[in-house]
Amino acid sequence: MGQDNQSPELFGQTPWQTVGPFFHYGLPWKGGADLVGSSDLGARPELMPREHYLLNQPTVRGSIAGRPIEIVGQVFDAGGVPVSDAMIEIWQANAAGRYNSPDDAREHLPLDADFIGFGRSATEEDGGFRFNTILPGRTPGPGNSLQAAHIAVGVFGRGLLKRLVTRLYFEGEEGHDEDPILALVPPARRATLIAARVKGAPATYRFDIHLQGEHETVFFDC
Amino acid sequence: MTDNPAYTREDLGQPPSLFGAYGSTVARSPRQPLVRIPQTLTEITGPANWDGLMGGAMADLTRQHSGQAQGQRIVVSGRVLDEGHRPVVNTVIEIWQANAAGRYIHKKDQWDAPLDPNFTGAGRVITDTEGRYRYVTVHPGAYPWGNHHNAWRPSHIHLSLLGPAFATRLVTQMYFPGDPLIPIDPIISAVAEPYRQRLVSRFDLATTEPNWALGYLFDIVLRGPAATPMEA
Repeated sequence: MGQDNQSPELFGQTPWQTVGPFFHYGLPWKGGADLVGSSDLGARPELMPREHYLLNQPTVRGSIAGRPIEIVGQVFDAGGVPVSDAMIEIWQANAAGRYNSPDDAREHLPLDADFIGFGRSATEEDGGFRFNTILPGRTPGPGNSLQAAHIAVGVFGRGLLKRLVTRLYFEGEEGHDEDPILALVPPARRATLIAARVKGAPATYRFDIHLQGEHETVFFDC
Repeated sequence: MTDNPAYTREDLGQPPSLFGAYGSTVARSPRQPLVRIPQTLTEITGPANWDGLMGGAMADLTRQHSGQAQGQRIVVSGRVLDEGHRPVVNTVIEIWQANAAGRYIHKKDQWDAPLDPNFTGAGRVITDTEGRYRYVTVHPGAYPWGNHHNAWRPSHIHLSLLGPAFATRLVTQMYFPGDPLIPIDPIISAVAEPYRQRLVSRFDLATTEPNWALGYLFDIVLRGPAATPMEA
């Protein structure tokens, strides 16, 4: 079957294009960065007239198993300047290590109906973002390996022609030494993937993202 | 679980992260090589409960306020397919765009073109069992931007798709046939030829509705699934 708008001999992936600077009324929805509660974390309604804040449906959630955590961070460019028009997405398993996805068929593991495990946040003027979620359980890797607790992270923004993919691991959690993905990262750069515990805030992890420069975050081809 | 990747990798039509003609990429693109990783359960899964996640369909962008939106009304339709030509069903497409005058409702878009109180420019559709989608909007205007002297973006509609997995994520822009700004636009030019035409919709008289709206077709192709050794 041919395509509606392409010549058949060129059939293939639709190319990526940037989200640009003006995505805030179209992508980050109210509460998109709150995976466990009903706050309006994630959106920036101050960037549009109130009557044009259409992505404002309230979220209703029941109780969700697991250890509640908060992830905070900032996005920086090559010069260390905060990126105020980026967007972060996360995807993670629940506390039992199961993904709320038709493609995770491990039915012996529990699902939380109200925990989807996907989140989205625009960055603030200081490049900052914040997610409320739970610590994910460990998940299987290739072969018989077991992955350490982690969250898949996508970075979008003006000046990003396509998504940058990274991963967030947690300081102090087990399994980093045997994680099959961390093992592929040059040891000197692994620290860019480990969210640090914040002193005085035991449930908070800090994960800064450096798009370029001395502390450039490790990005993946997956 | 198998060690084979479930989804194909990027093909030659994907742009690089660094493309100097689009100036904002210079300080925002990584310089270290990407680390290639196998696709684990993390990368081959993704959410499916769109209503619970972000809300339901918003398929008519011209009737979200008390009056009708200004501009040339259009219907945009097409299919979401994977690289094996199979429909991607029940997947979400998020839509955002400028108004007919080329102005975004965003407070940081301050160029001298009128806002339309009856047009936000945000929508959302879910593909059906054949991977089809359809939405109604207005033809977005071109607008100037600061990339270089007298730079203008061609008319475009921003589209965001999740597909079945973390690995199938796509954000793109749909352009309109015959737009003279396309050949001189740095953002679409980041896509090598001959692949740029994958971003250009097609005018279609059969999709056009008499006395009401012009019709455009735009199929969207997501990554994978990759061929398994048995299929090869």
